[in-house]
Amino acid sequence: MGRAIDEDVVLAKNLTKQYDGLTAVNSINFGVRWGEIFGFLGPNGAGKTTTIRMIYGMSPPTSGGLTVLGLDVRRNIRAIKKRIGVVPQETNLDTELSVLENLEVYANYFGIPRRIARERAMELLNFIYLADRASTMVDALSGGMKRRLLLARALLNNPELLILDEPTTGLDPQARHLIWDKLRSLRDQRVTLLITTHYMEEASQLCDRLVIMDDGRIITEGSPSELIDKHVSREALEIRVAPELTQKALDVLIPESESYEAQDENLVFFAPLADKLLRTAEEAGLKIEYVLLRRSTLEDVFLKLTGRRLRD
Amino acid sequence: MSLLVEVARSISAIGVLRMWQRNWTIFKKIFWLATAPTFIEPFIYLLSLGIGLGLFVREIEGLSYIQFLAPGLLASTAMFGSSFETTYDSYVRMRYERTYDAVLATPLSIEDVIGGEILWGTTRGYLNALVFLAVITVFGLVESPAALLLIPLLLIFSLLFAVIGMIFTALVANIALFNYYFTLFITPLFLFSGIFFPVDALPIWAQRLAWFTPLYHVVVVCRGLVLGRLSLDILISTVWVSAIALTLFLVPIVLMRRRLIK
Ligand SMILES: Nc1ncnc2c1ncn2[C@@H]1O[C@H](COP(=O)(O)OP(=O)(O)OP(=O)(O)O)[C@@H](O)[C@H]1O
Ligand SMILES: [Mg+2]
Repeated sequence: MGRAIDEDVVLAKNLTKQYDGLTAVNSINFGVRWGEIFGFLGPNGAGKTTTIRMIYGMSPPTSGGLTVLGLDVRRNIRAIKKRIGVVPQETNLDTELSVLENLEVYANYFGIPRRIARERAMELLNFIYLADRASTMVDALSGGMKRRLLLARALLNNPELLILDEPTTGLDPQARHLIWDKLRSLRDQRVTLLITTHYMEEASQLCDRLVIMDDGRIITEGSPSELIDKHVSREALEIRVAPELTQKALDVLIPESESYEAQDENLVFFAPLADKLLRTAEEAGLKIEYVLLRRSTLEDVFLKLTGRRLRD
Repeated sequence: MSLLVEVARSISAIGVLRMWQRNWTIFKKIFWLATAPTFIEPFIYLLSLGIGLGLFVREIEGLSYIQFLAPGLLASTAMFGSSFETTYDSYVRMRYERTYDAVLATPLSIEDVIGGEILWGTTRGYLNALVFLAVITVFGLVESPAALLLIPLLLIFSLLFAVIGMIFTALVANIALFNYYFTLFITPLFLFSGIFFPVDALPIWAQRLAWFTPLYHVVVVCRGLVLGRLSLDILISTVWVSAIALTLFLVPIVLMRRRLIK
C-alpha cells in the first residue's frame, strides 16, 4: 500500500462539531502518526467520543478538515471504514449469537469469505484468551470478556488504525492489564492506535503521545513525560499542615517550586528534586502532619489544567 | 434534494444484502421460537371466524364465509409480519441492542443498514404469507391457478408494509408509541379493508377513504387471484401498491440518516 510515512494517519485541522447550539468539539488540531498509540484524555463531556465518531463517519464535522489514512472523511468514508477497526464506548455485541458467531457475522460486513473468517476469528479468540468460550452465548460473558470480544471483533479486518473509546472502563485491574498488553502487542505489529480514556495511569502506561481535552478544546499535547516536565515538574512533595500554617507553608515553599497546587486538603509542590523542598520546609521549622515524596504523574498535570469543577 | 442524492449515492446492493444476511443468520437460529405464533395467528382467525361466524353468514358474494375470509387474511398476514419486524424488532435493534451502531463502524452505510432492515421486514411478511397461502391451498380454499401470481406479488405487498413501518420507526422517540401505530393505523386497516366484510357495506365516504389505504388494495388483489375473479381492479390495485411502495422506499432511509448520523 502506497502510504507516505510522513503523512499522518489521522489529521484534524480546525475540526469543529456543533449540536444545535452546543459546541462539542471546538476547532481542534491534531495528528496521529503511524505506529504510535495516541491518546485522548479528558473529563466527561470533553468531546472525546464526538471526535471519534467523526473519524468513522457517524457524525459529519460541522467545519474544518479531517482526513483518515490520507482520505477525506466527507468523501471516502466507506474506503476508510474498510481499513480501520472501532471498539465503541458502549458494548454492542449480538446477544442472540455465540462468541464465534458474533465474529463471523461481523466479518461478513467486510466481505471476508466464510472459511477465512472462521480461521481469523479463532486466531483472534486465541489472542484474547477466549478460544475456549467460542460457543458461549454473549450474554453469559463477564464485562471483561465482552470488552475483549469487542477488541477481537475490531481486528477482524486487519485494520491499519484501531480506535478504542474507553477500552478499559469498568474493568478490574487484571482485565485492564490484559487489554494493555494486547494493545502494546498490536502496536508492535505496526497497528496505529487511537484511544480515549479518563484513566491517567492508562494514558501514561500506554500512550506515546496524547492530548488533553476539556470543553471541546485541546488544552495541551505531548508525550506523558513531556507533559509532566512542561506543566508541573518531575517530582512532587505532598504535605498537610494545620490550617493556620498553610500561608507559611506557601510562603516558604512556593519560591523553591516550579509549580504548586492544592489537592484535597493537601498542598502539592513540584520540583525536579522534591526532597530538597522537604529540607527547606524542615529548616523553616514548619510543622508537617503528613508528608509524601513521589514522582509527579499525569494526574497532577490533568488536575492542574482542567481544575476540579465537576463536568456534565 | 441534495440529501436524496446523497442517499442514493450511499446505498449499495451488497451492503443491503449483508445487513439482510445478519438478520437471516439470527432468525435461522431461533426460527421456530420466532415464527410459530405469527404463523398460527391467521389460522386462529380463519377457524374461529370462518367456521364459527360461517354458521350465521350463509353466503357472501356467492361464497361460503370461509372462502371469502381466507384471501383477506392472506393479505393481513403479509401486513402483520412486515409491520412487526420493521417497528418493534427494528427499534429494539436500533435503540437497545445498538446493532446499527455496531454495523455502521464497518463499511456498511446507514443506507445499507436501513435498506437491509426493510428487505428483512419484507422477508418476514412474505414468508408468513407464503406459508398461509400454502395451507389454504391444501384446505381447498384456493380456487384458481391465478393465485400463483401472488408468489411474486406478495413480495411487493410485504415491502409496502415494511417501508411504512420503518417510516414510523424513524420518527418515534419511544417504543411505547408503537401502540399508537398498531391501534390507530394497523388495526383499523385490518378491520375495514374488506377482509371480514365487503367494503361496500360501509358508508360511501368510508368506501372512498378505503381506496386511499394500502391494505384495501392488497385484499382486492389477493381475493381476486385466489378466487380467480379477474378484473381490471386487480391490475389497478397492483399498480397502486407498487407505486406507493417504490415512492416511499427512500423516505425511511432519509429519515433514519437524519436521525442517526449527526
Ligand atoms: N448526539 C448529540 N446531540 C447533542 N449533544 C451531544 C450529542 N452527542 C454528544 N453531545 C454533547 O457533546 C459534548 C461532548 O460529548 P462526548 O460524548 O464527545 O464527550 P466525551 O468526552 O466522550 O465524554 P465521556 O468521557 O463522558 O464519554 C457533551 O456535552 C454532550 O452532551
Ligand atoms: Mg465518551
